[in-house]
Amino acid sequence: MSPKTLYDKIWDAHVVDTQDDGTCLLYIDRHLVHEVTSPQAFEGLRMTGRTVRAPEKTIAVPDHNVPTTLDREKGIENEESRIQVEALDKNAKDFGVHYYPVSDVRQGIVHIVGPEQGWTLPGMTVVCGDSHTATHGAFGALAHGIGTSEVEHVLATQTLIQKKSKNMKVEITGHLRPGVTAKDITLSVIGATGTAGGTGYVIEYCGQAIRDLSMEGRMTVCNMAIEGGARAGLIAPDEKTFEYVKGRPHAPKGAQWEAALNWWKTLKTDEGAHFDKVVTLKGEDIAPVVTWGTSPEDVLPITGTVPAAEDFKGGKVEAAQRSLDYMGLTPGMKLTDIKIDTVFIGSCTNGRIEDLRAAAAILKGKHIAPGIRAMVVPGSGLVRAQAEEEGLAQIFIDAGMEWRLAGCSMCLAMNPDQLSPGERCAATSNRNFEGRQGRGGRTHLMSPAMAAAAAVTGHLTDVRDMMADAV
Amino acid sequence: MDKFNTLTGIAAPMPLVNIDTDMIIPKQFLKTIKRSGLGKNLFDEMRFTQDGKEIPGFVLNQPAYRNAEILVAGDNFGCGSSREHAPWALLDFGIRCVISTSFADIFYNNCFKNGILPIVLPQEQVDALMEDARKGANARMTVDLEAQTVTTSDGQSFPFEVDPFRKHCLLNGLDDIGLTLEKVSAIDTFEKTAAQARPWV
Repeated sequence: MSPKTLYDKIWDAHVVDTQDDGTCLLYIDRHLVHEVTSPQAFEGLRMTGRTVRAPEKTIAVPDHNVPTTLDREKGIENEESRIQVEALDKNAKDFGVHYYPVSDVRQGIVHIVGPEQGWTLPGMTVVCGDSHTATHGAFGALAHGIGTSEVEHVLATQTLIQKKSKNMKVEITGHLRPGVTAKDITLSVIGATGTAGGTGYVIEYCGQAIRDLSMEGRMTVCNMAIEGGARAGLIAPDEKTFEYVKGRPHAPKGAQWEAALNWWKTLKTDEGAHFDKVVTLKGEDIAPVVTWGTSPEDVLPITGTVPAAEDFKGGKVEAAQRSLDYMGLTPGMKLTDIKIDTVFIGSCTNGRIEDLRAAAAILKGKHIAPGIRAMVVPGSGLVRAQAEEEGLAQIFIDAGMEWRLAGCSMCLAMNPDQLSPGERCAATSNRNFEGRQGRGGRTHLMSPAMAAAAAVTGHLTDVRDMMADAV
Repeated sequence: MDKFNTLTGIAAPMPLVNIDTDMIIPKQFLKTIKRSGLGKNLFDEMRFTQDGKEIPGFVLNQPAYRNAEILVAGDNFGCGSSREHAPWALLDFGIRCVISTSFADIFYNNCFKNGILPIVLPQEQVDALMEDARKGANARMTVDLEAQTVTTSDGQSFPFEVDPFRKHCLLNGLDDIGLTLEKVSAIDTFEKTAAQARPWV
């Protein structure tokens, strides 16, 4: 038998049917659903008289539209947003799927709730009508985003029509330096490969620096696989994975746990397995990074300067000039001289407890710079509760930040959390596209510690300077 | 889903690389619970000012391209979110075909589910088509899915690749779910076997 990659193994374990041209029917173990990309799919089921084939494998939670202000029990003001959340309430009830309504303490961003509740397990196929489904790959699950037609397809058949992607290996060797985080890894990879570098591939992240990451750090890395164009990102499960999963509400127990563990331990790439593309970065070479432009590939070390359009080639020249104009930046200026108006800490990329701890470590005993608006939005109600228990919430409040309820919030600004035109934001989210955080809003992506540092100084800041300060 | 066979129409040039789904349909229009009616907001923030006035420089606002049915676009078209609202908006505007050097994976899949044909061609061929598109409304491009060719207004023809199954579905306007449900016994069998092998799932 020829050696297989981790992706090959999970794929092979889920093929229901293969056509002559290689098109496969792939079985889906977990289907996560949120309010924005599902209403048309449920409507499609109703119109055709179809049902949800496996409601016990389908988990729904509203996250994109929900207000994150403390008064949210009074309801959603925006009528369209309200209708969308109400539609999910009704669809979850009518079709009998697992549901965490806004009022449930377990509610949060779908990609944070899934792992938190133990729905996401190694070796599974996981899909959701959301591109950041890649997050779940941190468990060694094959997880990717799908469109609404595919959501309907999975609801009706518990399968997806798929062709296999190619295998890509991204290895991060060695160790990270102080102040460098999972977010810096994932941004640096995209900076190196470009946003289309992973198109047609499933990435397996490996190497010492990946193995050294916590599960939450691994989720941050896999979360942005899609920003590199890959269908999915994967990390082989190990003891850290099993430890994280064990005891979660929907994780297997007793004899089933032992059986699961036996299989999970086989989920790694065989020696000599073929990768179609290999990218290697040295952990020691990765610096704390920020984005300067309007594509997640516009990544530079914080010690760098704003590039000029002429620094690029081909179609990127026009795109870079457009980015500079949109971002209101002048080539040659130091990144650390870029003043900010707003700080957003949260999202499915960086809204977990360790992210909040990292931000709080920088903010402890400090206050945000005058005139800065800063909000911390936990990824779930349970993350929020834990942050309060650990005293992190109080650090944020004492620093002058807004401490919010769980949701996607200003990552995509579908709820009232938005930037105004020209407003500049240090964000821990995943996309710096034009208008992403609000029309005309300017987004710089970075790690939670870097965003916290920027909040304190009022400009993009090398967090390492502040760490030295703390010592 | 409407069938796609041949299409002869105006092609609009959009050479910008990395046109993302937030550009194609900004998030404020994702609050709909319908699939239709998004064409008026296609490329909203590039097409209209904040107070709703047309931005004259934007290609689809130019008289020649108001009725475009084909887009010739820069690399990595449709990157970003999984929102199927992007192909819904393109379709509702009247775009049935997008040509680029590469597409983001989810967007590419979503196109086929909605009767839109995404065509991948090498850079120099996309450049030639971009030039042809710049000629305006009198230059009609022809896309023939059966023959797998794109032909410029002056008769230059480029063959393209398309997955045979997707081609078959597009030519016949087939519903994926209906096709898959024909294999329901295979799904039943798989579920039984998987429940034995991985009972914890």
